[in-house]
Order: sequence, then C-alpha cells, then structure tokens
Amino acid sequence: MSSLSMRPCGDFRTSYKQDNTIFETKTIRRMAILGIAILCGAPLYFDAYYLTLFIQISYLGIAALGLNILVGYTGQISLGHGAFFGFGAFASAWLNISFGIPVILCIPIAGFMTMGVGMIFGLPASRIKGLYLAIATLAAQFILEDFFARADWFSGGSAGSSADPISMFGFAFDTDESFFYVALFALVFMYIWGCNLMRSREGRAFIAVRDHYLSAEIMGIKLNKYRLLSFGVSSFYAGIGGALYAHYLGYVSAEGFTLFMSVQFLAMIIIGGLGSIKGTLMGVVFMVFLPEVLTSGVDLMKETEWGNIPMVIDGLSYIKEMAIGLVIILFLIFEPDGMAHRWAQIKNYWKFYPFSY
Amino acid sequence: MNFELLIQLIINGLIVGLLYGVVGMCFVLVYKSTQIVNFAQGEFLLIGAWVCWAFLIYFELPFFIGFLLTLAFMALFGILLQMIVLRPMIGEPIISVIMVTIGLSIFFQALMKWIFGVSPQSYPQVFDNQSIQIFGLNIEMAYLMSTVIALIIMVAFYLFFKHSKYGLAMRATAFDQQIAQSLGISVKQVFAMSWAIAATVSATAGVVIGMVNGVSNSLAIMGIKVFPAVILGGLDSIVGAIVGGLIIGVLENVAEFFDSQYLHIGNMYDIAPFYVLLIILWFKPYGLFGTKDIERI
Repeated sequence: MSSLSMRPCGDFRTSYKQDNTIFETKTIRRMAILGIAILCGAPLYFDAYYLTLFIQISYLGIAALGLNILVGYTGQISLGHGAFFGFGAFASAWLNISFGIPVILCIPIAGFMTMGVGMIFGLPASRIKGLYLAIATLAAQFILEDFFARADWFSGGSAGSSADPISMFGFAFDTDESFFYVALFALVFMYIWGCNLMRSREGRAFIAVRDHYLSAEIMGIKLNKYRLLSFGVSSFYAGIGGALYAHYLGYVSAEGFTLFMSVQFLAMIIIGGLGSIKGTLMGVVFMVFLPEVLTSGVDLMKETEWGNIPMVIDGLSYIKEMAIGLVIILFLIFEPDGMAHRWAQIKNYWKFYPFSY
Repeated sequence: MNFELLIQLIINGLIVGLLYGVVGMCFVLVYKSTQIVNFAQGEFLLIGAWVCWAFLIYFELPFFIGFLLTLAFMALFGILLQMIVLRPMIGEPIISVIMVTIGLSIFFQALMKWIFGVSPQSYPQVFDNQSIQIFGLNIEMAYLMSTVIALIIMVAFYLFFKHSKYGLAMRATAFDQQIAQSLGISVKQVFAMSWAIAATVSATAGVVIGMVNGVSNSLAIMGIKVFPAVILGGLDSIVGAIVGGLIIGVLENVAEFFDSQYLHIGNMYDIAPFYVLLIILWFKPYGLFGTKDIERI
C-alpha cells in the first residue's frame, strides 16, 4: 500500500505488512522527510529563543514518549516520571565527572541505569495495577527526590552538579545552534525507535496487556514480564531525555524534578492522546508553548490601558500553574482522546468534505 | 536511649496520626462510594483552612459563625465539584479519573497561592495556649483539642453509617451501584453527599491543623501523606484508614527519633512512610485490611 500516494476510502489493506507500516502513503513519508529537512535548516531562520523552545520540546518529547509507551500502550500508570527524568540527568553528569566517560556514551549508559532504577520501582507493578500502582510510583517520586537532595557523591547534593556539553571529534555542541542538531537527531531517532517498538512482538504484547490483561495472559503473554519491560522502556526514554537536558543546560540541580514535573509529563500525553506516538509530540508542543503564550498574552495585555492589572501581572507564575491544571481537566472532560484524535477528525472532515463519511 | 523523648514523640505521632486517619477516612469514603481516587484531598484541607481564615480575619466574624460558614461553603463546593467535574468522568478509565483530580489539585493549589500568598498566616487565638500535664507528659491544649475533634468526627462517622438512613444508602451504593439504584436509592444524591462530607470533614481537619501550626500551602501535603496511610490500611476500609493513619503518624515520629539519635540520614520524617508504603506493596499488594481484587472470567 505504500506505493499509493493517496489513501483510499475504506480499509483495503490485504497483507500484514501493509497493516503495519509507519507511513501509510508515500505522500506522508515524503512530507515527514521534507519536514525534517526543513527543520535541519532551522538555525538559519529562527533566533535563539525558538531554538531553545525546540530543544526543550525534543528532550521533553523523548521522555514523554516513554511515558506514553507505559501509560498509553501498556495501560500502567506512573507518577514518578519526573524523578526518572532527573535520575537520567544526574546519572549522565555523574558518569562523565567521576569516570571521565565521554558524554556521547554517558547518555545511553545513563538511559540504561535509569531503566534499572525504573524496573526496581516497577517491581510491584507486576502484581498491582491502577490506583495502587499510581501510589507506588508516587512513593518512587518522593524517594528519588529525597535521594537527589542527599546523595552528595551522586548528585552533588543541594549544590547540584555540573555537566559538560556533548563533544564529538573535538567539536563541542555547546551553543543553541549546534545542540539543536543533537536534539533533532535524538528526537527523530527515539521516535522512529518507538514506532518500530510498537510494531514488534513486544509492542503488540504491550497493547494486548492494556486492552484486556486476562485475555492477554490466556493467550500466553507473560503479564509480569511485559509490565516490567514496559516500565524499563519508559524509564529508559526518561533517562535519555534527562541526560540530554543535563548536557544542554550544563548544570543539574535537585529542585527541578518534582511531582509537578511528573504531572506535566502526564498532562502532555493526555493532551496529545494516550496511545498515539504522533499525539505525544503534539502534546509536548502544546505544553511547551502554553506558558510562553500566556506570558506574551499578559505582556500584550499590559500594553493596553485597561489591562494593567497588577494582580494578574504579579500572579503570572500562578496563572501558568492554574492553566496546566485547567487544561488537564478540560481535555479529560471534552476530548479524552487528545489532540491526535481531534487532528484525525479534522483531517477526515476535509478529505470527505461534502459527505459526512 | 532517651525514653522520655521517645514517648513524647509517640504521643505526638498518635495525635497527628488521628488527623491523618480523619483525612484518610474522607478519602476512603469517596473512593468506596464513587470509585473516584481523590488526589485533591489535600486541597480540601487547604481551601477549608484559608476560607475559614478569611472569614475570621477579613470579615472579623466570631470563630463559631465563621467555622459554620466555612463548613457550609465546603459542602456546596464539594457538591459543585462533583457535579461539574467528576460526573462526566463516571465510567472513564482509572487513569483519567486520577488525572482529573490531579488537575484539580494543581489548579486549586495555584489558585490559593494566588489569592492568599505563599507566606504562612496564623489564626486568631481560639484555644488557650497553655499545656497540660498527663502522666508527666506535656501536651499542648491545641493538640488535645485536635484529638477531641478527630475523635468526635470518627464517632459521628460511625453513627452516621450505622444508624442513619443516608448512611445505609451510602453503604448500599458502595456495595453495588446497580443494585442500590434498582432498590430506589438515588445514586446521584449519594455521590454528591459523599463529596460534600469529604469536603467538610477535610476542611475541619484543615482548620484544626491551621489553628495549631498556622495555615500555609504546606497543608496540601496532608493530601499526599494520606496515601501511605490508606494503602497501609487497604483502600476500601474505613477502619483501616484510621489504623493506617495512626501507624503512619507514629512511624514518622519514631523514624525521626532513631534518625536523629543514631542514623543521621536526615529527612526521615517525610520519607520513611513512603519506604514503608513501597515495602508493603511489594509483599501485600492490597494493604493490610483491603479486599483482594478477584476476577472471574
């Protein structure tokens, strides 16, 4: 089917391979490649502010994809993703400083270390689900947060720890422009990997566990194994995202990785769409731009004569937090399937325009 | 070993634990009757404490009138919250329900910070500040009052569920919503009522803690501390919530004691409950008193 450039109306796929492609038509694949090519030139026509936002989208996006694999595809829940993200950041900086391992290797190793930690905390996950699991991961969040603040040898304690920029062949990726390419490469790589994982045996097992875990078990899928594996994969993604974050900022402090961050990750995947890889990215973009839009909105309001309300201007940081809470609630009530679903609806509307189907 | 200090800490732990028990009870009540996990429980305490504070300071009402108005406000607030936000969530998967209450918690916490600021405020003096001696131990009057109030709430809960028509309706709904509805119980009303009760009782706990320690945003932490307590007791057992609350309250203080005397790790007061929680979930996934989830095919 990938030889077609337009998708026919209805389901005409005849082989398993067609059912499984990442890009449904040639056009979509070309558009994706074109989009990445355009993004490659982004440092030429965007200023540093937008590059910063993009880099933010990329490391948060990688971590959020991990959470979506756990929550959206396997049907587990984690309230400790922010702490795993932080663990990846500290682990990478620690490996680099203490053992002198080159940064480019530190990042994957930190990913695997985070995977190990995630699986330890995910151990109860093989036996419990739903609410009990949510609370077990909540405990993981607090225990790890406490560990960051205390383990001087690992995280530098309350002072935080510094991280060197990524360097390869004597070239340091220490500016926004150069790091942009690292971020773009990591994002594309991890997303393609995520897409492929979901097409594999393991990915199908995850989905089966989510849809009906009893049926899955009867069909011979080992529940414990796949739940634990899903935790591992999710933490691995969080660790990679965290490590990129550490080497981008050059400094990691223990304060950032709070429960609020974990909730933000959850908000991203809910807004984007649970169980949708494309949706994850949409949700991340939404959540990164939300505070920026609010800030510029308040700035615009300040200009006008009636809008100069000191309470709003001083309370901007609270308004941002409230907006995040409100967005989560509104999406869950009015669009529980997220932006990916809405996007598909809009696309269908245009495609079929005069007819309703 | 400093026995006197240890006993003093255990007493403090029991007093705080009773309050955890009260908040845990509200949590279990909502979970049992509506199947909703309320991550915004701590915000109920926070809102109740701030609203009461505002009545007392801004409107200069006498304590009891202000307190009753707060309770009325919270009952209304709980019902509205249930109607507007949580009714559409009936039948949604558990992650959506958890996330909606987390969203509520973030929203209200930020709103309270915005309205009332971040610095802690103290209540006007209601109780005498003197401490009394019981068996040679110092107990502050405020703590004693909080214990009495917590015990009154617990007895009221017991009487309500055991002997009143509405309590019976709520227990029936908790047992099976469909059967309850077919027997003529208004499940909608029961849902609204359980949120109203949870909000008012939590607000009472919030006001009590506010009077002892002053009111600030750290009150919302109670909503998180309550999780180890309810998991320990099992999620769907009200007695379990109280026992769990007491255990967690004592555990915190004992952990703090051993830490300061021998281990010197630091911060045990806040973290020890979560270690215990994790260990319990490893070995007894449904808590000490919780019903095991058995599924038939």
